[in-house]
Amino acid sequence: MQNKSTAGFILQLKHFLVQSVIRLVKGPPIYYAWLTFLLALIGCGFYGFSFQFTHGLDITGMTDQVSWGLYISNFTFLVGVAAAAVLLIIPAYVYDFGPIKEITILGELLAVCAIIMCMMFVTIDVGRPERVWHLMPFVGTPNFPSSILGWDVLVLNGYLFINLFVSIYLLATIYLGKEVNYRFILPFIFLSIPWAVSIHTVTAYLYNGLGARPFWNSAILAPFCSGPALCIIIFQLVRKFTNFHVSDKALFKIAEMICIAMGINLLLLSAEVFKELYTDSLHKAPIIYLFAGLHGHTGLVKWIWTALIFNVLSFFIFLIPKTRKNFITLNIGCILIVIGVWIEKGMGLVIPGFIPTPLGEIWEYTPRLYESLITMGIWALGIFIYTLALKIAIPIETGEMKALESEAPPGELETSGSSLKGGV
Amino acid sequence: MDRRKFIKGAVSSLAVLALSGCDQTIEEFLQNHFLEMSKDDMEAARNRLIKQYREKFGMDFKLGMEPALPEVLYSYGLDLSRCIGCRRCVSACVQENNQSRKPQIEWIRVLRMKNGSLDLEESEHYYEAEMVPKEGYYTIPIQCQQCENPPCVKVCPTKATWQEPDGIVVVDYNWCIGCRYCMAACPYWARRFNFAEPSIPKDEINPNIHYLGNRPRMRGVVEKCTFCIQRTRKGRYPACVEACPVGARKFGNILDPESEISKVIETKRVFRLKAELNTQPRFYYFFSI
Repeated sequence: MQNKSTAGFILQLKHFLVQSVIRLVKGPPIYYAWLTFLLALIGCGFYGFSFQFTHGLDITGMTDQVSWGLYISNFTFLVGVAAAAVLLIIPAYVYDFGPIKEITILGELLAVCAIIMCMMFVTIDVGRPERVWHLMPFVGTPNFPSSILGWDVLVLNGYLFINLFVSIYLLATIYLGKEVNYRFILPFIFLSIPWAVSIHTVTAYLYNGLGARPFWNSAILAPFCSGPALCIIIFQLVRKFTNFHVSDKALFKIAEMICIAMGINLLLLSAEVFKELYTDSLHKAPIIYLFAGLHGHTGLVKWIWTALIFNVLSFFIFLIPKTRKNFITLNIGCILIVIGVWIEKGMGLVIPGFIPTPLGEIWEYTPRLYESLITMGIWALGIFIYTLALKIAIPIETGEMKALESEAPPGELETSGSSLKGGV
Repeated sequence: MDRRKFIKGAVSSLAVLALSGCDQTIEEFLQNHFLEMSKDDMEAARNRLIKQYREKFGMDFKLGMEPALPEVLYSYGLDLSRCIGCRRCVSACVQENNQSRKPQIEWIRVLRMKNGSLDLEESEHYYEAEMVPKEGYYTIPIQCQQCENPPCVKVCPTKATWQEPDGIVVVDYNWCIGCRYCMAACPYWARRFNFAEPSIPKDEINPNIHYLGNRPRMRGVVEKCTFCIQRTRKGRYPACVEACPVGARKFGNILDPESEISKVIETKRVFRLKAELNTQPRFYYFFSI
């Protein structure tokens, strides 16, 4: 009996692997073109990194004055993207909103890829990447609980694990044609909600608690709302290129939530700007640098105003039902919001913290060629992983890819495509 | 300890591969945190470093690992009415502490301020001068303030920087991962990062070094002022104190009521930079005139 089931398992595994490989290598020409494009970018990034690894961070635009740059900005932005999975899970599971429930797995996989990108950005930013084991318990000496970076490593890994676990569990259940055991998996799904809040809260605390940097001493740092906008774009691409069904209703609901999140973001941002400008203390220097330039240095001014205009425009696009429910304006809004938040919660959040320096020196930062290549490479690698993950996840969800029939009674198999719709 | 050894053994073979493109030996890669080293570990690290420095600079280094002296807590005083802004402290510090010449690293920054202002944003960092001091200006040198409540130590994710019993905040250059979180946390901009491989001409090397102080650093780690730990733990003054031509710099043991620094704090009206941040610097500024 034991042998038989083991043999059955191996057979199933083999079947799964063969099917996966076939699905990964087979695709329309546009699939190959897409992967080739990403691989080319990954290659550039890898070349850039090998150069940085042998020459040091000297090849970046960073200096002692502005000691964090493009890498940490992208890390911060991507934490917000990762946390966005929660904006899909809350309506799907807390309010039992069916249309979104079908697509949460895609959001969770996006979170997984965003966290992987986050970790890559942090790793390539350190001067001694081969020493990162010093952070780990038992072999290293983690400065826990004192260092917020230690906390961030903990919550990011935890979030990665929860999302991987939930999405693999759901996919495996569907693949095997079994009923999802919500009693088992729901606690994990619900746990991921506060955990998502924790990842951008702790990431905000990285900056928040530094008395040396008044620009960051603000309780409103937590980034949000660009992840769902990315989801809307991705879901449309998915339903265009696959048989996977995503209802318009789901997309419009997400847009509604983005609108609320963006409204809150703009309110908090204006509160922050008011506080700094009306107080009119010397601590306003970074925000003046950001929005108007300081002593003739205006490196970030055009960027932040672009971001602000994009964010306000997208807010109104998502607010007005007519533009929210028109796919042309909806997609414009999504693109505006992704770019706007990438600037505002990336470079716009990190760089002014360093300008002026604690000794009042103004030293501007501009990313250089190699760090831009490396940054693009990491983005491409993350998108590459996401593409491959979807290439397997979507056929499982649509029922095109399933386990060998002998393993499951035929009756159950027929419901496999829709088992996610099964209620709580 | 056994588990640690086991895991280290397991990763070492992978490490060899990873390090092939790197400037580190396997012994260096697996070396322990300084505070967790046994006597043998320390001896091995010393021999390795001396050998490495001999190969690189062609001379024998005296590498000290002296611990803090008992009943000693260092403090520093800087007399702003004497300082003329000649920056001799800066170059003495660079020489003594083997700071990289290219790229240029300097632990002391001297700011020139308009009389009547203490607004750092108005300060001039890169003044050129044939003669100092300049009419209408005063100068304020700033280096690590050796805080009693150091934010840099609090944020370090690997405990690679810490405060010694004599109050000096040090860095284990072999344990620092180079994340630069301490640099973001320091309100005095006292920390520097080796963005590139540091370089020093062979004839300008100072071979009298301390493990936690002025030993030559490697690329990708953070460094800072250590009150010249290699000198002060042997009862000498820091190089900046010795180099100052006007005697603006005072240094000593605050636990000794007869020391010069104790007298300064007792008799002068001293202040500390950015006192509102509660970092409690052990570095006092004062005006003697």
